Amino acid sequence: MASIGRPQPVTTTELVERRLRGATLDWRGYVLQGVLLLSLLLALAVLAILLADIVIRSIPIFTERPLEFLTGQLSARPQRAGISQGIIGSLLLMGFVVVLALPLGIGAAVYLEEYAHDTRTTRFISTNIRNLAGVPAIVFGLLGLAVFVSLLKLGTTLIAGGLTLAVLVLPIVVITTAEALRAVPTSIREAALAVGATRWETVRSHVLPYAAPGILTGSILSLARAFGETAPLLLVGAVAGTFSSGGNLIAQLFGSYTALPTIVYNFARESKAEFRALTAATIVVLLVVILLVNATAIILRNRYDRRW
Amino acid sequence: MTVNVTARDAAAEIPTDQQQPRITVTARVGDERPLTEAEVVFDVQSFSAYYGSFRALRDVSFQVHKNRITAIIGPSGCGKSTLLRCFNRMNDLVDTAHFEGQILYHGIDLYDPGVDPVEVRRRIGMVFQKPNPFPKSVYDNVAFGPRVAGFRGDMDELVEASLRRAALWDEVRDKLKAPGTALSGGQQQRLCIARAIAVEPDVILMDEPCSALDPIATLKIEELMRELKENYTIVIVTHNMQQAARASDVTAFLTMGDDRAGHMVEMAPTARLFTRPENRLTEDYITGRFG
Amino acid sequence: MTTTKEAASRTLSLADLRLDPRRRRRERTINLVFMGAAALSIVISAAIVLSLIGNAFAFAIRVDPASIWTDGWFPRRGMYDIRTLLAGTLIIAGVAMLIAAPLGIGAAIYLSEYARPRTRALLKPALEVLAAIPSVVLGFFALTWISPNLIHPISGGPLFNMAAAGVAVGILIMPLIASVAEDAMHAVPAYLREASYGLGARKRTTSLRVVVPAAISGVVAAVIVGISRAIGETMIVAIAAGATGGSLFELNPFRPGQTMTAAMTSLAIGSDSVRGAALTFESLFFVGFLLFALTLGLNLVSDSFVRRVRERY
Repeated sequence: MASIGRPQPVTTTELVERRLRGATLDWRGYVLQGVLLLSLLLALAVLAILLADIVIRSIPIFTERPLEFLTGQLSARPQRAGISQGIIGSLLLMGFVVVLALPLGIGAAVYLEEYAHDTRTTRFISTNIRNLAGVPAIVFGLLGLAVFVSLLKLGTTLIAGGLTLAVLVLPIVVITTAEALRAVPTSIREAALAVGATRWETVRSHVLPYAAPGILTGSILSLARAFGETAPLLLVGAVAGTFSSGGNLIAQLFGSYTALPTIVYNFARESKAEFRALTAATIVVLLVVILLVNATAIILRNRYDRRW
Repeated sequence: MTVNVTARDAAAEIPTDQQQPRITVTARVGDERPLTEAEVVFDVQSFSAYYGSFRALRDVSFQVHKNRITAIIGPSGCGKSTLLRCFNRMNDLVDTAHFEGQILYHGIDLYDPGVDPVEVRRRIGMVFQKPNPFPKSVYDNVAFGPRVAGFRGDMDELVEASLRRAALWDEVRDKLKAPGTALSGGQQQRLCIARAIAVEPDVILMDEPCSALDPIATLKIEELMRELKENYTIVIVTHNMQQAARASDVTAFLTMGDDRAGHMVEMAPTARLFTRPENRLTEDYITGRFG
Repeated sequence: MTTTKEAASRTLSLADLRLDPRRRRRERTINLVFMGAAALSIVISAAIVLSLIGNAFAFAIRVDPASIWTDGWFPRRGMYDIRTLLAGTLIIAGVAMLIAAPLGIGAAIYLSEYARPRTRALLKPALEVLAAIPSVVLGFFALTWISPNLIHPISGGPLFNMAAAGVAVGILIMPLIASVAEDAMHAVPAYLREASYGLGARKRTTSLRVVVPAAISGVVAAVIVGISRAIGETMIVAIAAGATGGSLFELNPFRPGQTMTAAMTSLAIGSDSVRGAALTFESLFFVGFLLFALTLGLNLVSDSFVRRVRERY
């Protein structure tokens, strides 16, 4: 396009020739691409620094007294502190999540996706669950405090903590399971129903098996999330200091308890420099579990992504 | 355009207007036994189907007779599949679907509150447009229906009998454990037929069963239908007129009215419908003037 | 099963079309069980709302109005300055969004428009790893690395400060924003991009001028979700932002501050029992109620934006 006032107007042909022939370097494009990639890499760089920093800090503990650290009990003296109570506490809490949140969450999702008709009530339940999934974890701690600790008089026991975590994780399990169920092709359901199967027989024999990998992945990821939760546990009375625990399972369920994340919080608040290494070491244990669990879920998801 | 219909008996030719396509029907297709002797399986009485406020079928009335192949033809979207799915209450799965009128099955109102759709579907089986075998073995595909229905006899025998009846046994006898989805398209559809047969239904509904298949597989299925007719009542929806003319005993023609609701235009023994249609709309459709 | 062959010898009756009673009973029971599970979610929501409202209301009517506008939040001394908490929450959320929004949206555009499948397969899981890090860990990192290495050189201020916490919260929510925004961009249909390329536009023009505007509802939703998450974040603030039981009203991000969430934590784990002094128990629920209302409001707004994306495509 010739511009008015130029002594030598450029013809369109010349312009096109120049464009097609010349190696026009779209440097602005590359800059943009670089900037965008940078934003991604920056976050990952922070991740790398975080992991490196923590691992380095934890080295003293793992080289000097790894076994005592993993099997010992909490102590006010950093040289003697161990995290076994946290490990046991976290495992027991996960037990509650598995036993309560998974069946109830999967059942609710099956109801919403397979049984419920599209009514106002059903939509209300769905919206409700979606909102619950977005509620901050600490509010579930308040719920646990008000209902499980005070109202049901369970006190600041592991049961109260387990129930609180189960309630927190429930909406996420429902949502991920519902997604997995929605991915099942309708033709399979129709085929089963057309042969004279009831809803449940269809779901049990065809829908659930087909959706199982997705449901499993979602459940595992929810577990990993629950494993790292701290705030709700603090509110329902997980001990953030030293205490004596142990005894048989019943005593543990009905007694005071702690978990790995709360131990991390406890150690992190200590100003003494020796506790830095302890905090880092506990974080390493926490992260190893969480990352392993996440990796399992992702591997599962990739393996079963082939579809019939 | 000449429509050639393969058949068994003598030919009849209808002279039509010079400018219009000539129809050559070379036989009387189908069952020679008069319909009045056959038992009525479905008696559809002024049946209308709605999806919410949209009326999909308007005042459909006709009868389906035992051990005959009844074809339902018509242009796309005129409600053929909707009608078919009303026979085995598959439309119950659509929340907004509701109906007027009656469908009597052996004299009983299909939509009576005392009737359980699950039991209806065992007795009235369905084969779908796109073959949909379960992602399980061939054996389990066939065995699923009888299992949930509480079958206690020899399952191996039942599976073999069903596969034989579906003309599939010879092809799968040594790969019963193979996944159903590993079969070819035509084999998958015959597997779906075997699956439907396994629960010993009374009626087999077929919703455009060959539209996803190649011509050879299609012919095999049509042959199979003629064999199945001995033991089952078959209702087939097809948009392929030639198929209806080839394979069925009775044909019903549905079309869409101005209100976008489907209604029955004409129903007659197949040979008569294609050679001497009574209704102008029917003639227009089968000569290809619309649809 | 009664075969239809047997039934054909006698006429069909209504009874033949009924379902086997055992199957029917089982079906009904299972239906009820699953429905109960779904209804449980309503029970939970109701419990949250009731427990919050009950105690929050108790606080609201019994609290001395003068104590709500004091110099700081010192609940055990009866000073309930909500402004302090709001200021802290908003400052930290603000710093977090300054970090997370550009990084998250940038990453989303890159993953959606530029990344090759193999790069994507590598970087997305890496981002998921970041998302899996518990906030407690980020809190420790904020205190021991971000504050001394990033903040102190700029501010020269105390180790405990809101900026360090804010940066960590930003890192925490960046994957969330990236994920929601990327989903929205991915949902933009191919034909829009093709139309743009067909007109001779370059990739950067297409990405910035076509895809992002088309996905803008989703991007807005991502940002709002991010803000909501940042407001609800507890542990990072509890560890790194400094204030323990109480805090003065503070607007300088390079100094310690107190958020709603950290205040609740401090109240809960205080050395004296929570049901101790004055209205501390009720104040805990009052702040919780504010937090719940705020995040719920933000989430509902975000949902409406997500719905807009879905409706368009």
